[in-house]
Amino acid sequence: MSAKSLLLKGITALVGVTAVLFVAATPFHEVHVEKESWSFQGFFGKFDRPQIKRGFKVYKEVCSACHSLNLVSYRSLQDVGFSEAEVKEIAASVTVMDGPNDDGEMFERPGKPSDAFKAPFANEQAARASNNGALPPDLSLISRSRGGKGFGAYEGADYIHGVLVGYKEPPADFKLNDGMNYNIGFAGHQIAMPAPLAEDGVTYEDGTKATIEQMSRDVSVFLTWAGEPNYENRLHTGLKAMLFLIVFTLIAYAAKRKIWARIH
Amino acid sequence: MSANFKNPVVRWIDHRLPIFTFMHHEANEYPTPKNLSYWWNFGSLAGFMLVVMMASGIFLAMQYTPHVDYAFDSVERIMRDVNYGWLLRYIHMNGASMFFIVVYIHMFRGLYFGSYKAPRELLWQIGVVILLLMMATAFMGYVLPWGQMSFWGATVITNLFSALPVVGESIVTLLWGGFSVDNPTLNRFFSLHYLLPFVLLGVVVLHVVALHRFGSNNPIGIDTKGPQDSIPFHPYYTVKDLFGLGVFMILFAYWVFYAPVTLGDPDNFIPANPLSTPQHIVPEWYFLPYYAILRSIPDKLMGVIAMFASILVLFVLPWLDRSPVRSGRYRPAFKWFFWMLVFDCAILTICGKNAPDWIWSPLSFSIGPDVGQAGVSIITMGQLATTYYFGYFLVILPLLSIFERALPVPLSISRPVLGAGGAHAAIAQRSPKPMEKL
Repeated sequence: MSAKSLLLKGITALVGVTAVLFVAATPFHEVHVEKESWSFQGFFGKFDRPQIKRGFKVYKEVCSACHSLNLVSYRSLQDVGFSEAEVKEIAASVTVMDGPNDDGEMFERPGKPSDAFKAPFANEQAARASNNGALPPDLSLISRSRGGKGFGAYEGADYIHGVLVGYKEPPADFKLNDGMNYNIGFAGHQIAMPAPLAEDGVTYEDGTKATIEQMSRDVSVFLTWAGEPNYENRLHTGLKAMLFLIVFTLIAYAAKRKIWARIH
Repeated sequence: MSANFKNPVVRWIDHRLPIFTFMHHEANEYPTPKNLSYWWNFGSLAGFMLVVMMASGIFLAMQYTPHVDYAFDSVERIMRDVNYGWLLRYIHMNGASMFFIVVYIHMFRGLYFGSYKAPRELLWQIGVVILLLMMATAFMGYVLPWGQMSFWGATVITNLFSALPVVGESIVTLLWGGFSVDNPTLNRFFSLHYLLPFVLLGVVVLHVVALHRFGSNNPIGIDTKGPQDSIPFHPYYTVKDLFGLGVFMILFAYWVFYAPVTLGDPDNFIPANPLSTPQHIVPEWYFLPYYAILRSIPDKLMGVIAMFASILVLFVLPWLDRSPVRSGRYRPAFKWFFWMLVFDCAILTICGKNAPDWIWSPLSFSIGPDVGQAGVSIITMGQLATTYYFGYFLVILPLLSIFERALPVPLSISRPVLGAGGAHAAIAQRSPKPMEKL
């Protein structure tokens, strides 16, 4: 048996193992999530900078009324197209509690780029009290914790978009609990969050028309970035790593053939 | 024995501490069967993965905080703010999966080519110890990010010990360091997660020492008969391993850079919350077969015993398979049962992944809650697969040892390798040849 046929067998085995993982890792999902196409997908994916800016605006003017973004700091916005001055301005628009100062007093000051996004509520209890007992989840990792499972699964952005545009009139025989809203993108079709987006709910600076669909997509992309700010960095590094490894492997194969030729 | 080193410093040291002679002997001139296939690459790949895991883990530990209030955020800090922290973490979390893939292939290779048979029984058993240590390390490592699946996985698995009579509850309290999975649990898991890989390294050294006693088994499964059957490890197998490493690293890099969380559970991006149980608690993929075996036995204690027995049975494997022929190549019936075992483990993996009361309809490739479609429930499937798993080791192998008629085994390694086409004609003359026992 030649080395080549053995190699082929090895590759077949790896493909087989992957196929097993594929089946094992593609489980049933509670809700149907429509797969959209996003600019960040694929080996050369990139976030659409104007879209992230628009998405940030939607987050700031709509979502942030209830949802925190604790793991993201204002300075990170510079990575996706905001200038230093813009970031300073955005940070300074909030007031944060700091201290204690030399007199032992807590004091308020304008936000700095190094601060994390300011949370709308001081604690979980305050958040629940203002939201009919429901807790609006932190959105820092929502795109990752709500992504589909396994191979070929939907993106977190698909899920977020599905929920945001999933508000419909409930079917006549559907029993909706008190204070709940009907949403086809949410497991069980009942969600505590009332439809957050309304047509022209924000005014985009770049003139894009703020339809629900548009705002939903924009904020889904923004939250995808927020879930993994190093995403683009990962793809770029991956490309370089792959190129290196392929060249490395070809050289190793040539060396292997040359050395083994001595005994064949 | 002593090699002639040109460098005077090396010579001076080697005269007093023969470490260079040792390395030359064990890694350079070490005689290796000349017919090893690519299946033999996976041993060195496993060693490579151990080094990768330890190296990436040591750097991650510099940034990680083992405290229930900070663990999750410290991991996210690694992902967001630490220079190349995301790369280290993705390497470490996908590295665990790669390590298990490599080790599982390595073990299946041993199963197929009879590498567990005399005189390599102890080598095989040390390998099983390595697997157990890996499993313990991987389990405790998965708890450290303190996400939902970390917490609930830890709760479910540690609770298994409560099934043991008399001492069960005390063992669980001891594991937890309290009365629930909490900060003391996280602290001791972190400590042990750092410790066990070094123990593992020690056992790997024993594995290699035991390997070098009789040398590698080979695809034909007969011993090397002389210098014509073997070649020095370097450069032949170093370069072959290097090429294999390249192919493997391309696959590894694919996971790390393009699908870093595909093998994980999205629920682990939610911080641990003792008050909210995830809908389906599932372990990482490499534990799914054991999980399926555990769940396929209705009694908790028996389930736990079956789960551990699925590994422990490997310890006695050398005495269950009494066939004198090592390599599956010359065992026409064994071959089929072996590939069915591989398939069986795949089925167990799928069963472990899905809820026990779900229905699997093989024709439509779908698994999900019972909606009236034709199919088999996951629990039944798991029970069948569990039966075959134990049946393979406890019934099929002992019976095959008695009833199977093996094909003629070649006379020596060098003949089929050197003789290319004509070799098979030459070797086919002999009747099955018993293994020489040492």
